[in-house]
Amino acid sequence: MSRPEEISPPEIFYGDVEATKYTANTRVKSIQAQMTRRALELLALPEDETAFVLDIGCGSGLSGELLDEEGHVWVGVDIAPSMLEVALEREVEGDLFLHDIGQGFGFRPGTFDGAISVSVIQWLLNADSSSHSPPQRLNRFFTTLHSSLKNPSRAIFQFYPSSDDQVSMIVNAAQKAGFGGGLVVDYPNSKKARKMYLCLMVGQQEIPKAIDGNDIQVDESHSLQMEKRREEIRNERRRRKDTSASSSGKKKKGNKDIDPKEWIMKKKELYRTRGKEGVPRDSKYTARKRKVYF
Amino acid sequence: MVRLITHNMLACHVKNCTKDNFPLSFSEVELVIRPAPENLEFIQRFLPKLDWTALVDTARSLGDETLPENMPEEWSEDQLKALHHVLMEMHVEEGNMTCRGCGHVYPISNGIPNMLLAEHEVGR
Repeated sequence: MSRPEEISPPEIFYGDVEATKYTANTRVKSIQAQMTRRALELLALPEDETAFVLDIGCGSGLSGELLDEEGHVWVGVDIAPSMLEVALEREVEGDLFLHDIGQGFGFRPGTFDGAISVSVIQWLLNADSSSHSPPQRLNRFFTTLHSSLKNPSRAIFQFYPSSDDQVSMIVNAAQKAGFGGGLVVDYPNSKKARKMYLCLMVGQQEIPKAIDGNDIQVDESHSLQMEKRREEIRNERRRRKDTSASSSGKKKKGNKDIDPKEWIMKKKELYRTRGKEGVPRDSKYTARKRKVYF
Repeated sequence: MVRLITHNMLACHVKNCTKDNFPLSFSEVELVIRPAPENLEFIQRFLPKLDWTALVDTARSLGDETLPENMPEEWSEDQLKALHHVLMEMHVEEGNMTCRGCGHVYPISNGIPNMLLAEHEVGR
């Protein structure tokens, strides 16, 4: 399966031709509708009440149409003008904005009762210009989104990550911004039907259950791992503080008597927390001593 | 298709623009009225989220004088209907939204505001 995010930036990929093609394709339509329904189900808005919902990456309004059907008032943002044009032609009810979600939102705090996004946030992981930094853009996106949602509320993202690294990067950024929640993987054992939903929550709430062919499975390993990881980072910080406190005054910048292995591990840790790609994994060969030739 | 309900929620998101960044002021506006189904219960629930002075000022700048200066304590049905008209039926199709703090102009064309920022305006 080809991945559009690897071809060109979203506003260019979804040009006039692709936008009409996308919206006319019945297969795309039905899959989008299905995922939107599921996202709405996970969003768990109070029944029979009109809510104010944000549709992130609304595109041509395929998901918006369902929001209209449910009777919600919604605001859609997208970066592709052609897609928005198609949405206008289709006369959806929501307000549309041309907006780069990586630049953050300007909505007032507590505006929305919920947010959904179908097949969008994987685009945020691309650096389409030299000034784009995916971790930074993710951060900005999640922090501003967090503040524009009311408490308690949810934001549901369906997305297609290309690797586990991408998942952990997104989950990390969301947690940094203050969201709770985690991943819900529907049909984890099917290659085709498998769908990932990131359920982010403002305030204390429980993670919804995933749909499985036979039994129900919630991917909690991620949040658990994250918990462990954060613990490690906290410990590392404390350790650093302790050592710096004990050695303050005497030691200068070039700290020579630090163990090289420790130093390398520290650097790697730092790169990982910053979300740098391609940090080598730790093994018994990490920072080993080389043979002395001569 | 910028309705005032959305406009009332929208602040400027330029980097370091924190003063006077709400509400964005309209200029050169082309207004369209599109009837929308009434949902007074939703409007009623939405009341606490509204910034009333901003809403009244904006509505007046667009030539709608039906809203009272101060937010009524008790809402009659007519008042809610007037509010519904202002919030949900007034669409700004063309024009500009200008931030009073930093002066950034968000142009609206064909009912879609362009919220894209230049690289140096993006917050971190």
